[in-house]
Amino acid sequence: MGDENTFAGGATPRVVIVDDHRLFRSGVRGELGDAVEVVGEAGDVDSAVRVITEQVPDLVLLDVHLPGGGGVEVLRRVLTRHPEIRFLALSVSDAAEDVIGVVRGGARGYVTKTISGKELADAIVRVADGDAVFSPRLAGFVLDAFAATDAPPVDPELDRLTQREREVLRLIARGYAYKEVARELFISVKTVETHVSSVLRKLQLSNRHELSRWATARKLV
Amino acid sequence: MSDTATETPRLYRGRDDRLLAGVGSGLAEHLGIDPVVVRLALLALGVGGIGVALYLMLAFILPVRPEGQGDDATDAEEGERPRRKGRDLGQLLAYILLACGFGTLLIVFGGVFDPLLWLIVFGTLGAAVLWQQANPAQRDQWVTTTGFRSRKSWMRTGLGVLLVVTGVFGFLAFQQQLQEARTGLTFAITMLIGIGLIVAPWIVGLMRERDRERRERIRSQERAELAAHIHDSVLHTLTLIQRRADDPREVQRLARVQERALRSWLYQRPADAETTVTPALERAAAEVEEAHGVPIEVVCVGDCPIDDGLRAALQAAREAMVNASKYAGADSISVFGEVEPEEVLIFVRDRGAGFDLDAIPEDRMGVRGSIIGRMRRHGGSARIRTAPGEGTEVQLRMPRGPVAPGASDGT
Repeated sequence: MGDENTFAGGATPRVVIVDDHRLFRSGVRGELGDAVEVVGEAGDVDSAVRVITEQVPDLVLLDVHLPGGGGVEVLRRVLTRHPEIRFLALSVSDAAEDVIGVVRGGARGYVTKTISGKELADAIVRVADGDAVFSPRLAGFVLDAFAATDAPPVDPELDRLTQREREVLRLIARGYAYKEVARELFISVKTVETHVSSVLRKLQLSNRHELSRWATARKLV
Repeated sequence: MSDTATETPRLYRGRDDRLLAGVGSGLAEHLGIDPVVVRLALLALGVGGIGVALYLMLAFILPVRPEGQGDDATDAEEGERPRRKGRDLGQLLAYILLACGFGTLLIVFGGVFDPLLWLIVFGTLGAAVLWQQANPAQRDQWVTTTGFRSRKSWMRTGLGVLLVVTGVFGFLAFQQQLQEARTGLTFAITMLIGIGLIVAPWIVGLMRERDRERRERIRSQERAELAAHIHDSVLHTLTLIQRRADDPREVQRLARVQERALRSWLYQRPADAETTVTPALERAAAEVEEAHGVPIEVVCVGDCPIDDGLRAALQAAREAMVNASKYAGADSISVFGEVEPEEVLIFVRDRGAGFDLDAIPEDRMGVRGSIIGRMRRHGGSARIRTAPGEGTEVQLRMPRGPVAPGASDGT
């Protein structure tokens, strides 16, 4: 699907929308307008996997709650064959379990369904470009999860956030856009993106059992 | 054992003061009379036969007085075993002798000692045991455990059947009617077994059916409760939304309020809003949002109990949210609370109009009084970052633990 910078250029990312509510799918389609090219839709896990492997889109907008195993199941079945496809999770749920689960399952971002059309389009382009998208709430979760322990980390490289990463996350949790974060910390937007991607990598790869334990202990928000 | 009871004690079998199974002492305590009287009465009845049946029946039915020292109350049958130190052997011997005396007297003088009576007693006793098995509590157990009863209750049932059979056959034999009855009995028993074989699967099926029905009923109750809740809240709100469709702000407000209510109903929050920071902040945001109709997103990291300083910080945060809702004209407000080991930070941010901080007259209470002043008074600090067109962010910082008065670095 072209090189990394295509979308920033002008071409629109090809997107598959996976959500079990048809109404919501058409709503998102309408809101996104010309910002993206919607190449397929699906309402459950099986059809999602089929459509995605047929179309091989740049990005999949993935609902966390899906009949047939949930978004995590789609991630599991698609990413083994097509690791290049990016996923942006979209959900009404703010439950930590869902958020952390789907991000650890391989999604590169998480936004709630209350997001505005413009913000969603921005997030899609960003994720399709290979960056990560953290909503304020996800940033809060990550801060909470990585702070939740006094135990020495198993792998310091993965199990700890750097001071800078924490600062970035804190600003995102405060509701700052990447651009505003960059201005606040006197760094470039690219650097902010790098930090967030690095946090995402840690979140996905860290084996720290506190992380999952934290997520289950904090079922609700 | 003649304690003056303030309230009628429950009928148990006595534990420490018993001679046989404790029926006498239990009864005595329950009735509030001397056990000797009860024992003598039972003895008198016993010699006639009825008393023995009564005694055994009570011994079966009555639970042993619970004492909570690990003795299980299930050793009903083993009551006679002489292992209780509380049992007075001399007294027991006296009663036995007395009984023998009574018996001899009866045998010598009266013709009441009819074997027939004993057979009737057996029959009655067996029936009593069987009926007792069928009391509601036991029946419940019977139904819910799909028919596997404890060994003890099988023993009881067996004993009951045995007693009834003995009684019936004995009665017939004694009346010299057994010979004539034999053919009829064989027929009857064969019929009974046949019917049993036919009916058993049906009974089992019936029991399963009943089990399922019970589960179904519980489920449908839950469903009804859910339906009631949805009706009261969600449907009501949807109706309101349809009526107010021309007022987007109001529609949004209604939807948000309902969303929050539904969420908290679905994932019932365990923390109490009055005791820790995170739920308190979320609740303050919810209330401000409800009052002013601007969506407020709250993100919290960590949590801790609320003390005086934090209560002030929460009030200041609330004030900041109200200001943002009223004056900023922003689409939404972000609130971020972070509980750190030494301090609690709260940020209230909007991307609205912003204002010139220096242009606010000294006497305007909103910002200076309720936010900056309040935070300073409690040992915290407040910073306001704003400029016209830039939005506003109120930063609140409150040290945790004992309040350090005077410590402030507000800008």
